[in-house]
Amino acid sequence: MSGSKGSVTPPAAPPPNVVFETLLRLGDDRLVLGHRVSQWCGHGPILEEDIALSNIALDLVGQATMLLHLAGEVEGAGRDEDALAYFRDEIHFRNCLLVEQPNGDFGVTIVRQFLFDVYSAVQFDALTRSAHPELAAIAAKSLKEVKYHLRHSGDWLLKLGDGTAESHGRVQHALNSLWRFTPELFAADDIDRAAFATGIGPDTAALQAQWISIVRDVVERATLTLPADVPIRAGRTARQGAHSEHLGHMLAEMQIVARSHPGAQW
Amino acid sequence: MVDPERTAVPTRDEVWAILDTVMDPEVPVLSVRDLGIVRNVEIDAGGAVTVTVTPTYSGCPAILVIERDIADAIAAAGIPSVQVKTTFSPPWTTDWIAPDARARLKAYGIAPPGRAESGGLVQLMRARPAVQCPYCDSFETEVRSEFGTTACKSLCWCRGCRQPFEEFKAI
Repeated sequence: MSGSKGSVTPPAAPPPNVVFETLLRLGDDRLVLGHRVSQWCGHGPILEEDIALSNIALDLVGQATMLLHLAGEVEGAGRDEDALAYFRDEIHFRNCLLVEQPNGDFGVTIVRQFLFDVYSAVQFDALTRSAHPELAAIAAKSLKEVKYHLRHSGDWLLKLGDGTAESHGRVQHALNSLWRFTPELFAADDIDRAAFATGIGPDTAALQAQWISIVRDVVERATLTLPADVPIRAGRTARQGAHSEHLGHMLAEMQIVARSHPGAQW
Repeated sequence: MVDPERTAVPTRDEVWAILDTVMDPEVPVLSVRDLGIVRNVEIDAGGAVTVTVTPTYSGCPAILVIERDIADAIAAAGIPSVQVKTTFSPPWTTDWIAPDARARLKAYGIAPPGRAESGGLVQLMRARPAVQCPYCDSFETEVRSEFGTTACKSLCWCRGCRQPFEEFKAI
């Protein structure tokens, strides 16, 4: 983000691939989570919740559409948001591991959503100050929606955590299972460092501090226990294309119609 | 509406008047102008019209229909060249919905939005002012879900007249 030291030298323009990769990471997180959440449509525990999850999925896919459309423009290779969503293979997806994890029970879905919603809120909040004006505009628009999402997942976490022994046990188990995917959200690589240095993207260390303080507060209010820190696994990350076994299956389902009928209009 | 004799360059007032007749496909008592989603109308020297719109929610499926309806309505008035552009900045807010449009929403059975909040990132278990039932005017209501049948509405329940109703949610 724009420097806070009052430097008079504007940051150098970032290399195009840094902007493209940054937009892909942002867009793919929302596309993959949006598709995952859409799998609840028709299966929600109660009608209101079925509708809520479907609404949230729609917002996430809408945010992905804006981000991937911009990514395609920045890339300049003639790929639009549909080409990027439907005609890339698993190793070219740049989403984090957290969002591709299966829905599990309602507790897993809510915990996954809460951990991501807090991340998305602090990320978009920082990105409203991005040196890239179109990205800043998308962030400001999306942030309003994410505040609603966070209220939804956070309220559920409080109710389930501080609910019955059964609901408490389920969300604690979900938190324990998903916690190992959270360090990756803040593991900066060369792309993130270049994005930060050029004012395009946020300081991931600052995001992490903001994220953990919100997460810890809500988890404690929900009478849950924050799991112990886990080290990030060595080697390539999901942001660099190394995904869990779940993404390929999800993409097969998500992409089959577009790939079977390329160029179809309806 | 098509005037084959038309030669004059259209005026901005004329285009805005056409936009008053283009209704939201999901809330047909509100025009696209009432909703505040039309951000600009430009007309170049040759009479080509460019309308700039901003989506309500990023995933609102109605936006494509709305953009097409705007282009169709302007073309139907005999204006040969029209382009609809999208902008995301500044982001849409329900505060742009005009007072008379709010009254029409209520008459249609949808509680109009309160003021959009710009509070902190995290607002859990929030208490907010009671929504007034559009049917019986009671404030004895509850929000059942912030997410309704479309992205822009929440689901409410009136304890006064014991009816479900929708609220256009503030954003």
